[in-house]
Amino acid sequence: MATDYLEITDLTVSFDGFIAVDTVNLTVLKSDLRFLIGPNGAGKTTIIDAISGLVPSTGSIEFAGNHLQGKKVHKIARLGVGRTFQTSTVFEDLTVLQNLDIAAGAHRTPLTLLRRRSAVPEEVTAALETIGLTGQIDTLAGVLSHGQKQWLEIGMLLVQNAQLLLLDEPVAGMSHDERNATGELLQRISTERTVVIVEHDMDFMRSFAKSVTVLAAGKVLSEGSVAEVQADPRVQAVYLGTAAAAPTGAEI
Amino acid sequence: MKFLTSSRFSAFVPFLLAAVVLFVLAPGILSDFRLNLLARYLCFAIVAVGIGLAWGSGGMLTLGQGVFFGLGAYAMGLHMKLDDAGPGRAPDYMPPTTDWLPGWIEMFRSGPITIAAIVLLPAAVALVLGLATFKRKVRGAYFAILSQALAAAFALLIIVLGSQSGNYTNGTNGLSNFRSFFGYDLNDPVNQRMLFYLAAGFLLVMVFIARQLRNSRYGELLRACQSSEERVRFLGYDPANVKVVAYVIAAAMAGIGGALFVPIVGIITPMDVGVAPSIAMLIGVAIGGRGTLWGPVIGAVGVAWAQSTLSEQFPAFWTYVQGALFIVVIAFLPGGLASLGSVIRNARGWWDDKRGRPAEPPVAVTDDLKTDVGSRV
Repeated sequence: MATDYLEITDLTVSFDGFIAVDTVNLTVLKSDLRFLIGPNGAGKTTIIDAISGLVPSTGSIEFAGNHLQGKKVHKIARLGVGRTFQTSTVFEDLTVLQNLDIAAGAHRTPLTLLRRRSAVPEEVTAALETIGLTGQIDTLAGVLSHGQKQWLEIGMLLVQNAQLLLLDEPVAGMSHDERNATGELLQRISTERTVVIVEHDMDFMRSFAKSVTVLAAGKVLSEGSVAEVQADPRVQAVYLGTAAAAPTGAEI
Repeated sequence: MKFLTSSRFSAFVPFLLAAVVLFVLAPGILSDFRLNLLARYLCFAIVAVGIGLAWGSGGMLTLGQGVFFGLGAYAMGLHMKLDDAGPGRAPDYMPPTTDWLPGWIEMFRSGPITIAAIVLLPAAVALVLGLATFKRKVRGAYFAILSQALAAAFALLIIVLGSQSGNYTNGTNGLSNFRSFFGYDLNDPVNQRMLFYLAAGFLLVMVFIARQLRNSRYGELLRACQSSEERVRFLGYDPANVKVVAYVIAAAMAGIGGALFVPIVGIITPMDVGVAPSIAMLIGVAIGGRGTLWGPVIGAVGVAWAQSTLSEQFPAFWTYVQGALFIVVIAFLPGGLASLGSVIRNARGWWDDKRGRPAEPPVAVTDDLKTDVGSRV
């Protein structure tokens, strides 16, 4: 229990000399719902990429006692790290059930894989209920609405039994109601897990964040509760500085 | 009665149909000559079933199946030549002074070893090649080019092995003039007919295996890999392992097709295993519909049939027809002939829209769904 958290120490990611993430330290405890915010190019998504093994990094990334760095993407996923992408990447020509069933099956034996699915696995039924797609069980994922695809992605993380959820802009393109539904869902999920969300939507962040880390130019600028971060003059400076370029993102 | 209407039964209707056509209809109405031609097409259909699995379900553009076809074919061909020559003697195409054969040729004297090699040799080569490429995330056009280069190299290897002093493979002339197949006289029409049944039986078994794989959880995973390999990785699978299984099975099927080809056609040359035949094997699958179970079979038989019919009449013409067919299907019918029905339906819908006819009313689900989901989440 005590080791069930994400601890990042001196994380640095550079692309051909450009330092995208610069000696970042980050600790996210279990049952936290941490938002990573910051202007474009702050390194938010890159941190998620580094945790999930997509980009090489230096420093240390530890989750639940396992060092993640240098491990392959699928090995990291098997250690309970799940992630979504800015654009939803469900398997469009498979059904909702097939999508979830695949997500649930990384630990299946070859013999099980070579057989037909005889019944809907329990965790899939539960996830369908949670994400509200029970009625669409045999729908092709490709014809779902944008919001439903995002929910399906979250459902896949649930059946994958991910203990660390990394979500990259999960509510982008959603309607107001969909956002609230998603936020409540994430809050409930986070009670048993560690959740990290990269988000541009400040309203959404204010409504649902348990804690916030503000990044700017690859460094951690500020960290704390929503109120603490909002009161931080350095955060205000960064957001006011970019206000001309991105007025909607600046209303923190 | 319940059995007759159950989905499990209806899934077997195509198998029954194919069995009736292959085991009753075709032998009943075709001359021995035509039946032998059909048997040859069935060999390509066996290869096509494997391509349907690797390319149709797994998205691997296997442009080099000639290699695996050739491994199976040459294993069988060498066995039959050694068998014809008699115990301890060299095949008739080798220099008359040959009194010693290297182990890799000598082993094909044994029937059981040959049968094992027909499946295991292509499978092993596919395993090594597949792991070497998929683990390095080589895919798409790069994989296609690589597998095609392998086909070219393999054809060359056979020619080189034939041009050395031992003349182990008989070079560009290939292996021919077989007299017997596992003790059965190949000049006997009854045995030729038996070979047809053998090919037909193997084809049905291969389609059955492909069907089981497609319907299994593995089949779903394979299609997921085709859809988004990266996503599969983030779910904790190594897509390389998933893909290599399909690739190895496809290779084994190609080996079996090649092995049956040799006694049926009576000759195997490097021309049958290189780049051009590898592409030809793919065209049938593309035309029939790579994503379906029976599409590759029907496409492979259809294209092979068109090829021999057209090239009987206009020998120079076929290459152009083949190229044109390939282009038309890839450009306008990516799902192959199997998707013709839905393409026509879509085209009709488009035509109706254009003429201002009311389309089907869109289903008003969005708002219901939102509140539905909102209340449940």
